[in-house]
Amino acid sequence: MSLSPETVKYVADLSRIELTTEELDKLSKQLQAILGFIDKLNQADISGITATSHILPISNVLREDIPRESLPVEKTLANAPHKKGNFFVVPKVID
Amino acid sequence: MELYRLTAHELLDKLSKKEISPLDLISSVRERIKNNDGLVNAYVRLVDRPAEFKLPPQKNGALCGIPISIKDNICTESLNTECCSKILTGFKPPYDATVIKKLKEAGAVILDTKTNMDEFAFGSSTENSCFGPTHNPWNLDCVPGGSSGGSAAAVASDEAIMALGSDTGGSIRQPAAFCGVVGLKPTYGRVSRYGLIAFASSLDQIGTFTKDIPDCCLLMNVISGHDPMDATSIDVPVPNYIKSLGKNIKGLTIGIPQEYFIEGLNSQVKSIVEEAIAELKKLGAAVKEVSLPHTEYAVPVYYILGTAEASSNLSRFDGVQYGYRANSSNLVQMYKKTRGEGFGQEAKRRILLGTFALSHGYYDAYYLRALKVRTLIKNDFDAVFKDCDCIITPTAPTEAFRIGEKTEDPLQMYLSDIYTISVNLAGIPAISIPCGFTKAKLPVGLQIMAKPFGEETLFQVAHAYERSTQWHKLKPKLQ
Amino acid sequence: MTYEPVIGLEVHVQLKTRTKVFCGCSTEFGNEPNTQVCPVCLGFPGALPVLNRLALEYSIKVGLALNCTVQEFTKFDRKHYYYPDLPKNFQISQYDLPISKNGYLEIQINGVSRRIKICRAHLEEDAGKLIHEENHSLVDLNRTGQPLLEIVTEPDIFSPEEAYEYLVNLKSIIQYLEVSDCDMEKGTLRCDANISVRPKGSSGLGTKSEIKNLNSFKAVRDALEYEIERHSETLNAGEKIIQETRLWDDKKSQTVSMRSKEEAKDYRYFPEPDLPPFIISKENLSEIKNTIPELPKEKKSRFIQVYGLSEYDAGILVMSKQNADYAEERLKIYPEKDKKPVANWIIGPLTATASNLKCEVSELQIIPEDFVALIDLVEKKQVISNLTGKTVLEKMAKTGKSPDLIIREENLAQNSDEKSLEKEVDAVIQENPKVVADVKIGKNNSLMFLVGQVMKRTKGKANPKIVQEILKRRFA
Repeated sequence: MSLSPETVKYVADLSRIELTTEELDKLSKQLQAILGFIDKLNQADISGITATSHILPISNVLREDIPRESLPVEKTLANAPHKKGNFFVVPKVID
Repeated sequence: MELYRLTAHELLDKLSKKEISPLDLISSVRERIKNNDGLVNAYVRLVDRPAEFKLPPQKNGALCGIPISIKDNICTESLNTECCSKILTGFKPPYDATVIKKLKEAGAVILDTKTNMDEFAFGSSTENSCFGPTHNPWNLDCVPGGSSGGSAAAVASDEAIMALGSDTGGSIRQPAAFCGVVGLKPTYGRVSRYGLIAFASSLDQIGTFTKDIPDCCLLMNVISGHDPMDATSIDVPVPNYIKSLGKNIKGLTIGIPQEYFIEGLNSQVKSIVEEAIAELKKLGAAVKEVSLPHTEYAVPVYYILGTAEASSNLSRFDGVQYGYRANSSNLVQMYKKTRGEGFGQEAKRRILLGTFALSHGYYDAYYLRALKVRTLIKNDFDAVFKDCDCIITPTAPTEAFRIGEKTEDPLQMYLSDIYTISVNLAGIPAISIPCGFTKAKLPVGLQIMAKPFGEETLFQVAHAYERSTQWHKLKPKLQ
Repeated sequence: MTYEPVIGLEVHVQLKTRTKVFCGCSTEFGNEPNTQVCPVCLGFPGALPVLNRLALEYSIKVGLALNCTVQEFTKFDRKHYYYPDLPKNFQISQYDLPISKNGYLEIQINGVSRRIKICRAHLEEDAGKLIHEENHSLVDLNRTGQPLLEIVTEPDIFSPEEAYEYLVNLKSIIQYLEVSDCDMEKGTLRCDANISVRPKGSSGLGTKSEIKNLNSFKAVRDALEYEIERHSETLNAGEKIIQETRLWDDKKSQTVSMRSKEEAKDYRYFPEPDLPPFIISKENLSEIKNTIPELPKEKKSRFIQVYGLSEYDAGILVMSKQNADYAEERLKIYPEKDKKPVANWIIGPLTATASNLKCEVSELQIIPEDFVALIDLVEKKQVISNLTGKTVLEKMAKTGKSPDLIIREENLAQNSDEKSLEKEVDAVIQENPKVVADVKIGKNNSLMFLVGQVMKRTKGKANPKIVQEILKRRFA
């Protein structure tokens, strides 16, 4: 599997991570090597095998519709880098 | 003997007889940390003057008065929990993880400083922390293992009586082996994950670091159990693990998988582990060779599934509600800069790899394929456990390596997890116990695996071995 | 070239549970920002979701009512995108194994029935709200985690009118199930539309546009009409339709392209590892099916069959369950075989009264016996006229008194005594010779004028039917 710097840049954008040029270069090479190793998986015979998304044989875990106390707003906002009144504040959404 | 050198069960005895007070104990541990941690760096964000000690209200809790050290990825209310990452700088959770609640209810004293780890648990050496690496107490130039290296090193150097860690691919067992302590990863679903800052949701488990097996049983009695806040925690009663102690192992069958004893395994580690197996044979267990044929796929499966889930779980770190936020006048830039500046290199590597594996066009070839190979690996274990009570392997292919030795080659670092990863993929419990030392006087760990909810078997075998050897009593000589 | 539209609708219904879909926070509307949140819906590190049983049951209920196949095995998936109203930067939703699939909803256009195919209905969590200020945005996460049922049709709707009918009927059914208020103003029902056009009579699909910001059923219809024109004009001018999302501007009655560049969205769906899957047994299904009340379509048929109502009348009466039940209570006890008067009085005067009192018909405090008595007094016994009857009805609603009592207290009984009315008629004939002349030459309006004069003289008390008869006799 070939992983070009363009693909890495695309994936970085998808993950909302800004990379420096050095990082992009270094990471591309490292990821390329790792993917090369991971390609080993193609040798496994998976015909007729179902995927395991959940290792435990459990299902139907449900919660009753009974209200529980919410967090006091001071605790909710205690870690906020920027807040105004009861709100979290973020830079303008639209360009 | 200094209090900090004792085990929890020894201390509980002294506490109950009022020979010592909880204040004596916590002061002893704090003093030890103050004098020793400059060398080891097992703890992060140490303060000069820790908060005034408050006596736990419970008088009869199972761990009353015992200090417990907590890995920096387990949420403790109002106590900084940062996963040793810049992006979580200053984060004080508004709630306690379920395991913390249970420990408090049992009267345990939660240490107000957390143990060091690889950022977001991404690593096998605790070199990826924004607080600098932890040093192996047996040789300060060596890594303690990772990602729970801080917890392992703390227990090894008596800077902690007991500690909690987390294990996704070996992050408790491998550092336990490198540091010569007992490290347990419970069955997936045995211990609640509510409050554990997630790395790979389908693989993570909170587990224990202790000086011996009885302490491990004590701690597991407290932290195990179904949690309605965690839909992946299993509703199966918790046995009293202490009842597994003191039993003999006559008639138990131990499986030795051939795939774990191949090229790449350090020859000293190999012979030490073989001696340990021989000891178990002497104690009455039957030993047979078995096969886990899909072992070679474990590391690649892990690095697809684990990184995919990690990339998803770490999407939430964006500077909006908590943690580090980069300066920017525009939202998208804020996200990119915050995450670009806040995450370390290993975190970025894994997020990119995981995002790639899930992205359009690659999902089937990578993620879906890995989920299917996971089934193959689980099936291997199911087959072996039909005839064996447990499986024994080395915990790590080498002794602790030097700090800096593997940091340039991520792939090499990943391969050091080769013996521990399958366990997480199969969801089974496994424990690492000290079983000897290499010529360089570095500890070697013996890994025992059991079928799901087979912790009692682990304790039975491990305790039998521990009773007939003295490895767990040896301590590193620090300056 | 004429084009015909192909429309698909995506409706989000907020389920009326007391708590959110994955945590125990209250779903109450209108509280202070960020006061109905907890580590789970805030997406704080370490927090985990657990599914609300009632949200699952409600979702299954809707699936059954929409004639879907409810899946035996269902699970949740993570849908990834970055936005400040989505704290985890992924939404827990359903991708390839939604709770319900392959259903339909029947509508009627011009008396012809059609089934609109429903592709799927799945459960997911809602996002929060953003308030945009000049240089930044404010984030309120109270709404994050509310349970949403997303119902998606196939591109199986072929006119804005059909789309409107679909929405009206969907809302009606869901309200019958009592699983949501379906109030577009409160945001408990939201609709996005997808539309493309193709040459009339052809098959296949053209390039579609997605329309958002539709805040009423009328807006949906208007926006679709606008888009049909826009697509047609564009194509006829030889240009191509750009696949994009457009916002409906209600004030200007037009759609506007969303200026931000649309990158193809890669949501990176994968199964939610924190939620084990759900197995829905046949027993579960039948238990839930038993809680589904008689739905509008069945009730309408029954009203037509049992009460002899017309399609039109029955259709209006069953629109809301509460009103239908209210109507049925009164239909049942009305003694005459022909129940049409009951339907008329409910659809007409009673609805008007409810509107004046700013409430629902079913909330009016008029007991069935009184209502039926009033109709009897007007229609059969003719004690009061139709017009007076309407006034009495409003007074009944305001005071809760019986019609008999009100008529007595206010002396409203109309005069049906022929002898006294003849006197009045004669007096009016005397006073209006010109009009009388007009009547004699066949001007009917003039006759009604005379009736009106008698009504005026008797202060509305005269029975207008009898007055008319007397006048006719006079001019025979």
